[in-house]
This record gives sequence, C-alpha cells and structure tokens, in this order.
Amino acid sequence: MNKSNEENPFVPEPARIVRKYDLSDDVRFFQIRFVDMEKALSMKYLPGQFMMLSIVGAGEAPFSISSTPSRPGLLEFCVREVGEVTRALFRLKENSIIGIRGPYGNGFPLDKIKGNNLIIVVGGLGAAPLRSLSLYALDNRDNFDDVYFLHGARTPSDMLFREEFLELRERDDLHCLLAVDKDPTGDWPCYVAKVTKLFKYVKNVDVAKTYAAVCGPPVMYKFVIEKLVKLGIPKHQILMTLERRMKCGVGKCGHCVVGHTYTCIDGPVFTYWDVINMRELI
Amino acid sequence: MRVLWMKKEDLREFLESSKQFGELWGPVQKGNVYVYDKIDDFSRLILEPKRTLLPVKKLIHPPEFNILRYEGETYKTELENIPRRVVYGVPPCDIHGLLILDDLFRRYYPDPYYITRRERTAILGVSFCTPTEGCLCKSMGTDVVEEGFDLFFSDLKDFYLVWVGSSLGDDMLKVRPDLFNNNITRKHLNKFIECKKERDEKFTKSIDMTVIPDIMELSYDSPVWEEIGERCLECGACTMVCPTCNCYNVVDESSISGFTGERRRYWDCCIFTEYSLVAGGDNFRATRADRLKLWYTHKLKSFGYSGKPACVGCGRCIDTCPVDINVLSVVRGLLGGKEKEGKS
Repeated sequence: MNKSNEENPFVPEPARIVRKYDLSDDVRFFQIRFVDMEKALSMKYLPGQFMMLSIVGAGEAPFSISSTPSRPGLLEFCVREVGEVTRALFRLKENSIIGIRGPYGNGFPLDKIKGNNLIIVVGGLGAAPLRSLSLYALDNRDNFDDVYFLHGARTPSDMLFREEFLELRERDDLHCLLAVDKDPTGDWPCYVAKVTKLFKYVKNVDVAKTYAAVCGPPVMYKFVIEKLVKLGIPKHQILMTLERRMKCGVGKCGHCVVGHTYTCIDGPVFTYWDVINMRELI
Repeated sequence: MRVLWMKKEDLREFLESSKQFGELWGPVQKGNVYVYDKIDDFSRLILEPKRTLLPVKKLIHPPEFNILRYEGETYKTELENIPRRVVYGVPPCDIHGLLILDDLFRRYYPDPYYITRRERTAILGVSFCTPTEGCLCKSMGTDVVEEGFDLFFSDLKDFYLVWVGSSLGDDMLKVRPDLFNNNITRKHLNKFIECKKERDEKFTKSIDMTVIPDIMELSYDSPVWEEIGERCLECGACTMVCPTCNCYNVVDESSISGFTGERRRYWDCCIFTEYSLVAGGDNFRATRADRLKLWYTHKLKSFGYSGKPACVGCGRCIDTCPVDINVLSVVRGLLGGKEKEGKS
C-alpha cells in the first residue's frame, strides 16, 4: 500500500472469508478476518456498528456487524442476497479476499445500558445487529440486570441463528423467547405467535431502569414500539437500529440523510424519541 | 486581513503572473451561458463576475472522477493527477458554497479528494457590482465573504480593493508587488461605501431568512410539497447547479478481464427515485414530494453537520428549473402569496 492509502478513509483493507454457511434460504453467514492479524485482534467496535464490505467490480455496501467485540479476531456478518454487492459476495468461496472498512456509526450506548434491564426484540434480518448486542450482554452478564431476548420469524427455517438461540434457552440468566408465525412441520419447540404476543412474558421489570433494543423489518416497529410504550419504558430508552442506503459510511455521500442527520454518523442506532422528533426515520 | 488596492487595468498583468501557481481558470462565454474554463486565450476571460452555469464546486468536487484503482484485491488511491489551478472570477455566493462543503468534507472523516483539490486550487474571488435577476445573496447573508478565498477583488469601478485571504494569496501578490498599493485612503473608503450602497439598492428579490427556517418546520404537512411534486420533471438540474449539493454515487468500472478497474465517484441527485432505495425494495422517500421536501429542507432549514440552511442565494435554481420550482417560488408557496418584490 502506498502512503496516501493510509490517510484515505475510502480504501478498504483486505480481509479473508474464513467460514461461511447458510442461515436460511437467502441469508448467509460470513466469518471474516483482516489479513493483517494485528488489525484483526486490535479492532475495537460496539454492537450496533456497521462496516462497508467491498467486492472489486461490484462495489461496496454497508452491513451490520453480527459478532461481539467481546470475542475479538473474527468479524461476523449475516447477509441477504438482494443486490449487486451481495450477489457477488455469495459467489465467493471460503479463503477469498474481500475489502472491508470501518467500523462506522454510533452503535448501542453500552455505557447508558449498563446496570439496567435489557429487552432485545428481533424480527427477521434484525438478528444481524442484535445478535452482537445479545452475545455482548451474555459475555458481560454482570453488567446487566434482567435480560430478555424476544425473536420472531415467519417459520422455523427463516429464523436466523436458530440453533444458537435455541441453545440459549438452557441458560437461567436469560429469558429467551422465540416465536414463529407458522410452524409447517409441527416440530417447533417454542411459541407459534407473532413476536408482539411475547410481551406478556415480560414481567416485573422496573421500566425506569429498562432499555429496549429493536431491529426488524419496517412494518414491525409500529407494533413492537406500541408494546414497549405500554409497558412503560421511557421513549429515550427504546433503541432501534435503522437501515438506509449508503455509498460512503462516513457522512459524505448524502444518501442516508434524514433531515440534516446522517444515519452513518449519528445512527444507525436511534431512540424512539428521535423517531418522533425526526419524522422520516421510519 | 491585509488589504491593498490595484488599478483596474493591471488585473490582466496580475493574472498572467499568477499562472506560475497553476493553470488559470475563469468564466468564459459558451453559447448563451457562462462557464468556468481553462484560460489559454486571455481575451476569452470575462473580467466582470458572471453567474456561471455550474458553480466553482465543479472544480473541487468534480461531476465524476476515480477515487481508487484496483488490481485484483489491491486498491490504490487516485490522487496524483490533480492539477494546481488558479480560479479567477468566483463570486461570494460560490465561496460561501465552498465553505459549506468544506465543513462537510473536512469534518469526521476528512475526504482526501476534496481536500487535495481544495488545497491545489487558488480561489480568486470577485464581488458583483450589479446584482442580476434572481440574486438572493443579500437575503442569505452571503453577499460578503471573509474567508474561504486566497485573494478577493472588490470591483470599485476605477480600482480593485484586494483582500488577502491566505498565505498563498500573499505569495501570489509578491510576484508583482509593483501592481499593488497598500496605501488605503479616505478616497478608497468612500468609494467602497458608495459602491456597496449602490449595489444593495439593486436587489430586486428577497427572502426573509429570519423566519423561513421556522416556516419550513411548520410546513412539514403543507400541500405545497404535493403541488410541486406534481410539477417536478425529476430532471435533477437543480442539484447539479446548486453550490451546496454534494451527494454522490460510487460505481466500480472493471476492465474486460475483470481483474483491474476503477472505483468512480459520480454526482448523484436526491430528486431521483432510487436515491433512498435500499436493496430489498424499501424506499424511504418514495414520492417526489418527499424528495423535494428533503432538498428544500437542506436549502432553507438545515443541512450538514452545522445544521444551518445551505442556500447561498446564487439564483441558479431560478435560472435552471424548467417548471419554475426554486427557492423563491417555494417560499412564495409556503407563505401563501407573492414573494416580496423590491429592496431587501
């Protein structure tokens, strides 16, 4: 690399696809590691941050980090095959080199959440950023009071990280509530219901000392937020991570702007108060 | 700030001498418009300031350029071939436009492409003596400029007052010290006041920016957005000509082998349908009304990291929009009447 590369935030660094496997019909899990081992071990990030993945010829796109900073070395992403970059990424085999830059965005405010209860609500691909927060909370379990993990998917085969989350039910320091809308095979060991039906199992939490983190398809927010507000969780303690088109990740290209707020700099994690205040957020 | 004066007829000699600092650029006439162009033939240069079709941003944040070159999985920064330039004839509104872009491109993650071009481009500003139809700089507070240039020439009819805005500007004067005089007298001051007063009286249009940002906030649900959304042709010309529109797209262009190629940056436009479309099909601004509202929010209410209105009052949207959607007509619509005619 030449000198000017080092001062250029737009230059991706080489990273290797260490492992990949399918999480569902169209979502694939990628474990990626910087070729530079020191960089791989020293990179600091927060749950909720994202990185720009770059495939030569196809371009760049933003992806939430699914791994937790409490387990350094490997970066994990779950990717749905929907666009040019993701199609190119899906064609790559293990050991291929891609470009990666970041981490970007604000991430979840761990300092504020620390010492409080945490309710995580996941729908569909929302598992990508919230798996990071869930694993972080479990790895630093003493930092949180009650932890709830509510996860909804259409069917068992659509539930991302299904086996991983099913195992979490064994833990007695976590309320892990998993639901599917439909169970075609009849083998599903958990709830068959909408994710919003799981809130009746959230009991005896001191709402003033509770943070909620929500991520899912745009249609989900309205119904989940309704439940959280009804529980009495303050608006500024309901956190959500949002998706936007991005071409730079560093507050320059303009695509992710809402009002004059750049989702890539001031987000992608916003509070419910932000959403009321800036009407175009969701 | 250092201020000197120079005889009107010495400008050409000075500009000739400044060529050692880079290619000389300035406004020339092309058909019935003015554009910034490289000046090889001095007679083409228009000395009195004109509203060019595109603002000076086209030289600092060009419509398209390579950001990276790739070979296999190795990326290399493309910064070597950026020329040094001296750009004459930049009006205060365009310099204010650069100041707004400066903040955006320099803060948080400094953009080496913008910064390198900015540093290699000497900006020689010139004040308008006669505002033309659509000039709104007085309303926007952008008719005077105190930074963001290397030299600034106040055209006071018989002579120029020359304001030195940077160390480079100072070096440029030193090539021909004989052309500049630092003895500013009462006569020069009087002329400055007289010309400014004369100019201020010539503005024909104004926008009351003490209230418009709040009016924008209060007009979120106004039917005006639907109305202009119906009219807009989605041509995107307003964003191309605006000195403070910076949005861009990034596209990889590979050679036939696919092994080598270029990552290129192109101007993008928030008025286009696919601007906020994400993979998977969600479009956060699906209607033209939504997209126009974003543009006018940026120009008349809040933009960038500073959150201030970004309109610099250059009047280009007024000249350019084929269906009369511009800062004046939108403000007129929001206030429910005719825009104020006459003095500001």
